[in-house]
Amino acid sequence: MKLSFEKSRDGRSFPILPPLDVPREDLPEGLLRKSPPRLPQMAQPDISRHYTELAKRTHGVNDGFYPLGSCTMKYNPKLNDEMAALPGFTGIHPLQPPETAQGCLEVLFAAERLLCLITGMDAMTFQPAAGAHGEFTGVLLIKAWHDARGDKKRAKIIVPDSAHGTNPATASMTGYQVVNVPSDSEGGVDMAALREAVGDDTAGLMLTNPNTLGIFDKNILEITRVVHEAGGLNYYDGANLNAVMGIARPGDMGFDVVHLNLHKTFSTPHGGGGPGSGAVGCKARLEPFLPKPRVVRCKDGFAFSDPERSVGSVKAFYGNFLVTLRALVYMLTLGADGLRDAAQNAVLNANYMMKGLSDVYDVAYPGICMHEFVLTLEKLKKERGVSAMDVAKSMLDYGMHPPTMYFPLIVKEALMIEPTETESRETLDQAIAVLREIRARADSDPGSLHDAPLNTPVRRLDEVGAARHPVLKYNFDGVSD
Amino acid sequence: MDFPSGLSYSKTHEWIQDIGGGAARIGITDYAQNELGDIVFVNLPETGDEASKGERIADVESVKAVSDIISPLSGVVKAVNKDVADNPESMNADPYGAWLIEISDISDHEELLSAEDYRAFCEEEG
Repeated sequence: MKLSFEKSRDGRSFPILPPLDVPREDLPEGLLRKSPPRLPQMAQPDISRHYTELAKRTHGVNDGFYPLGSCTMKYNPKLNDEMAALPGFTGIHPLQPPETAQGCLEVLFAAERLLCLITGMDAMTFQPAAGAHGEFTGVLLIKAWHDARGDKKRAKIIVPDSAHGTNPATASMTGYQVVNVPSDSEGGVDMAALREAVGDDTAGLMLTNPNTLGIFDKNILEITRVVHEAGGLNYYDGANLNAVMGIARPGDMGFDVVHLNLHKTFSTPHGGGGPGSGAVGCKARLEPFLPKPRVVRCKDGFAFSDPERSVGSVKAFYGNFLVTLRALVYMLTLGADGLRDAAQNAVLNANYMMKGLSDVYDVAYPGICMHEFVLTLEKLKKERGVSAMDVAKSMLDYGMHPPTMYFPLIVKEALMIEPTETESRETLDQAIAVLREIRARADSDPGSLHDAPLNTPVRRLDEVGAARHPVLKYNFDGVSD
Repeated sequence: MDFPSGLSYSKTHEWIQDIGGGAARIGITDYAQNELGDIVFVNLPETGDEASKGERIADVESVKAVSDIISPLSGVVKAVNKDVADNPESMNADPYGAWLIEISDISDHEELLSAEDYRAFCEEEG
């Protein structure tokens, strides 16, 4: 299809802004551009068709199954969006006096209280706009805590080798050295290696539990104790909270800081890059360091307040407010029992799918899984020349989004499948049937899997070419640079 | 899979070529490039940087993942191969021609394997 730039015709436009109803203020002369930006010029019907055409070429949770491991692509109830569209929530300005936006402040306060209850934390900020942003904020709290105590030796953050790549990246961005600890044969943290790794230079540990192999670490209390005894703090990566929400709390497992991906566990949109929310919760001892401002209860209602030793702001204002609101709607709709049911069904669905596939695919760590499981296609690749990539691409032809591929890094030819609780048994059965059929085709006609996908708007993309020679902007003059 | 004799190998899949005068060239092995898949970017150190055995000296990005290159030697970075930085695919096409870093003033090294032992090591890894 054509790009909007190619559909553009000089002079075409339509009004999108309402008439000006306040006195006009002009920018200073020096700040005005000399020439207009080269934006596409289109009429409303053309734009509408353009985006509808684009939408038809995508695959989202509203189109079909989306078992992207560790991403928790659950269905987002429409009620969330309806509440977020209420004029009282949309017609506000972040700088208006707090006493005129009490309902919005109460939303932030209530969401904080409920999420603290779910995670076993004492306080929370909603400023971070994404998971990795939340990690960065959380590790800043750890750093601020050590610094405030004058403990300057703490230079290292421990990260298991099954961690999300963002964990070591976060530690590194915060100025820490990353120490990797290996997994044991059951997929948990190798306790001997952990004991070896900790010391008086340990700032903390970053861990997700259940981990990226879909395994709940049975040594979790021992793990957090070893780190605490060494003087470090424990950071919980909440990416996989969906498995334990309402059942087990990171705060009770010995964690001091947690980030939540509201866009995963609490059914807010993943979107194309946002808006997300990486809310960060912490125990009381870290509360003074939280980003500012925070919402507090006061005599007449709610007010903003700056924590005394705040690390500063990590985003403008209060984070993605309407995302926090959606998460609150989700929690209030489900209630405590509903949240627990959601987690239990997420785990049940993952085990159901794993069981339905385990006689034809190799499960990386067999046994009961949590909300996701990892297949290893190493043998299939060796014996039939069919890779995890081939299987993933073949799924597209059956109208399903592929699982996460080649992650976690410690599993060769990995496919990481997370069905989530919102899929029906029929959908799971169909997905199992599709993956079994693809496995059978790997024996009968492996070549056809190398060619997949056949029925998608674009065939197999040249990822290598795109990475080596990225085209990042439209070339107006038709001359490549 | 290619395991040229005359080179030394590390268990983290780098090859080491003695170029005399207490200096050596390092690159990644055929096994490593095959495991990584299509390499799209390499991040090399600066000339004059210190190299410490067992620690990250560079990293490579493939379509699958970003991976550290571990220095098998302690010493000083004498030169880096800018041609490979511009054409990272050469690590896939010619892993033993596409050297990455020259290290001089070598003071220490990791456990190094002969071609034969390294081949056995890779077979064990699967």
